[in-house]
Amino acid sequence: MEKIRVALIGNPNVGKSQIFNNLTGGRAHVGNWPGKTVEKKEGFCEHKGVEMQIIDLPGTYSLTAHSIDELIARNFLVEEKPDVVVDIVDASNLERNLYLTLQLLELEANVVIALNKWDVAKSLGYEIDAKELSRILGVPVVPTIATKKTGMEELKDVVVEVAKAKDKGKRLAISYGKPYDEIISKMTFILQKDEKLSAKYPVRWLAIKLLEMDEEVLKLVSKSPIFDELKAQLLEAKKNLGEDIETALAERRYSIISEVILPQVFRGAKPLTLTDLLDKAFLSKHLGIPIFLAMWWVVFRFTFDVSSPFSEAISMCFSKLGEIANTYISDPRLASFIADGLFKGLGTVLSFLPPIFFLFLGLALLEDSGYMARASFVMDRVMHKLGLHGRSFIPMLIGFGCNVPAVMATRTIGDEKDRILTILVNPLMSCSARLPVYIVVGTAVLGAHAAVGVFSMYILGIVLAILMALLFRKTLFKGKPSPLILELPLYARPTLKSTLIHAWERGRLFLKKAGTIIFLVVIVVWFLSNYPYEAVHQGGEVMIENSYIAMLGKSVETIFRPLGFNWMAAAALFFGFVAKECVVGAIATMLGLSEEAGEEGVSEALRSAGIFTPVTGLAFMAFTLIYIPCLATIGAIYRETNSWKWTIFAVVYGLILAYIVALIIVTLGRLLGFT
Amino acid sequence: MTGIPLSMLPEGREAIVVEVRGGWGLVRRLAELGFTSGTKVKVLNSAPSGPLLVMVRGSRVALGRGLAMKIIVKPEKGD
Repeated sequence: MEKIRVALIGNPNVGKSQIFNNLTGGRAHVGNWPGKTVEKKEGFCEHKGVEMQIIDLPGTYSLTAHSIDELIARNFLVEEKPDVVVDIVDASNLERNLYLTLQLLELEANVVIALNKWDVAKSLGYEIDAKELSRILGVPVVPTIATKKTGMEELKDVVVEVAKAKDKGKRLAISYGKPYDEIISKMTFILQKDEKLSAKYPVRWLAIKLLEMDEEVLKLVSKSPIFDELKAQLLEAKKNLGEDIETALAERRYSIISEVILPQVFRGAKPLTLTDLLDKAFLSKHLGIPIFLAMWWVVFRFTFDVSSPFSEAISMCFSKLGEIANTYISDPRLASFIADGLFKGLGTVLSFLPPIFFLFLGLALLEDSGYMARASFVMDRVMHKLGLHGRSFIPMLIGFGCNVPAVMATRTIGDEKDRILTILVNPLMSCSARLPVYIVVGTAVLGAHAAVGVFSMYILGIVLAILMALLFRKTLFKGKPSPLILELPLYARPTLKSTLIHAWERGRLFLKKAGTIIFLVVIVVWFLSNYPYEAVHQGGEVMIENSYIAMLGKSVETIFRPLGFNWMAAAALFFGFVAKECVVGAIATMLGLSEEAGEEGVSEALRSAGIFTPVTGLAFMAFTLIYIPCLATIGAIYRETNSWKWTIFAVVYGLILAYIVALIIVTLGRLLGFT
Repeated sequence: MTGIPLSMLPEGREAIVVEVRGGWGLVRRLAELGFTSGTKVKVLNSAPSGPLLVMVRGSRVALGRGLAMKIIVKPEKGD
């Protein structure tokens, strides 16, 4: 079968991922761009005997070398030369979207335009002449409505046709006006002399990029024998045309769009849209933040209320399997390994899937509806004062579900300082894995007031995150957070399918990235708490204090004595380092509880064992909140900062802060007369 | 009439961009989003502090206040 490669490109919020899902049927391979932390999605689509490999390029407004996303998209187009580039253009926002289109034409890519959100444009009263647009640009234009799968067959037809066509036809010649065109021609002429360069790259594009002082293209050309000749031209151009040629060219591109293209293809006034009305409420000075908090609360409740029965069912399933194993396997070591190691490990990992799935479902609904960008806008007022970027807020929100995707979500923050700062304070957002620890310990030591204790941990995390952000901003990252620049898309009705696909993708990534680690840890916990086997299992009795885990706990007990933690608590924390929810499992194992005990059982046993007083219990909860991000989060931090320095810093400052806060709680408790 | 910073333009008012001041990267970024001289802009949302929401070339762009200070505009006559 014939194979072609098709790249999808477009501005953010144009419905690119919906088109990707429509074309590939939602089956995507999600990985990373080589050597980068930016996500890469690929899928396949078969049409009329042609197999299309669909590559989703990062959403971008432009193709400069200034941002990592833009560079990835551009390098792919230049170096990999896909057979067809589908440029997804938002029909309800032609003017800004065509800016990228012009750059693609300059890059001499084999462009097909998908004029998406055709229905939205119609409903706004816009009239767009797609045929005329196609004639002016010299590339095919297909109106589409991705949310309703309209125009997908036509799009595929055109893509296949364009891939097969030998002649590209006549494209729109982008003229920048006399002085610019002249220098571009001169430089193009010089560049053509380097055969290696001109065989590989569109030379006119190289010339334009050189005028714009594009670092990557400068690097590329600097090795060429014609570089000196080019440099002379460039210096002259700078002298005649001024320093800021790049902005001048951007202005020219926009004037081509608004003066040459739009008058011929676009008609429509700008009515007061539903978006303007909704924005009046959602962005309101007084209501904005309360509405946001309400939304956040709904998503949060939704995530945990809906997912908990699923999680419980999964845990129950595996504990039943464990019982069956215990009944039918005669060798006690093997039975224990299968029941408490393998099945418990699988159960733990899989029970995480529902909350992650539902969290991302909720977040995707907010994102696709257009509200998420509004949340950034509203929160920027507050976040800016705290030395954080408005966009930091989304990763913080996700942090309440799981810090791993939260740290990954910091990618949307362009500025590196802002990004690292957001990553460093993110683990202080209480992830869902910490909740069982709060519940179990809270119920054990506070009884009826457990809910207050649990809630106070969330607040403590937020307060600490704010304090640390201010501290880091004053010391490590001097200066102000980078300013907010963010497009607010039109509000839209999210489509269930794309939302489900998004949520499922996130869940699958979690299974792959974090699942294996958690699984292994449960096995290690099982081993450390059951071995040396003879010492632990004496005549049907389980002597947990003889196990390796106890030895580990005892070896660090002195350090934790000022906090009032005994060896069991210390050992549990040791395992919580690898995944925080393991703290509960470790406590349960050390108390000699079986799998059926459940959270209430563990609480009950913890209370009767008298390991914690209310004060030390609270200190233990705070310690669990703050100390060291879990292993999976540390992995994510390393991947995202690409620096051991910041990764180690995140670990060390967390530990120190945890100790200090726990000590403050214990000391305060003593001063107030609690014991 | 000389220009004023976009951040001082009252909510609901329209203006024409005169120039964008500031660092090179910033000017470029704003130009890509459509803030080039001669462009018509309208302030959709502006509070005494915090970001502004600006309509530019048919899209709604949120801008930090500091950024909006660097965009110099000439208010359109009328209301």
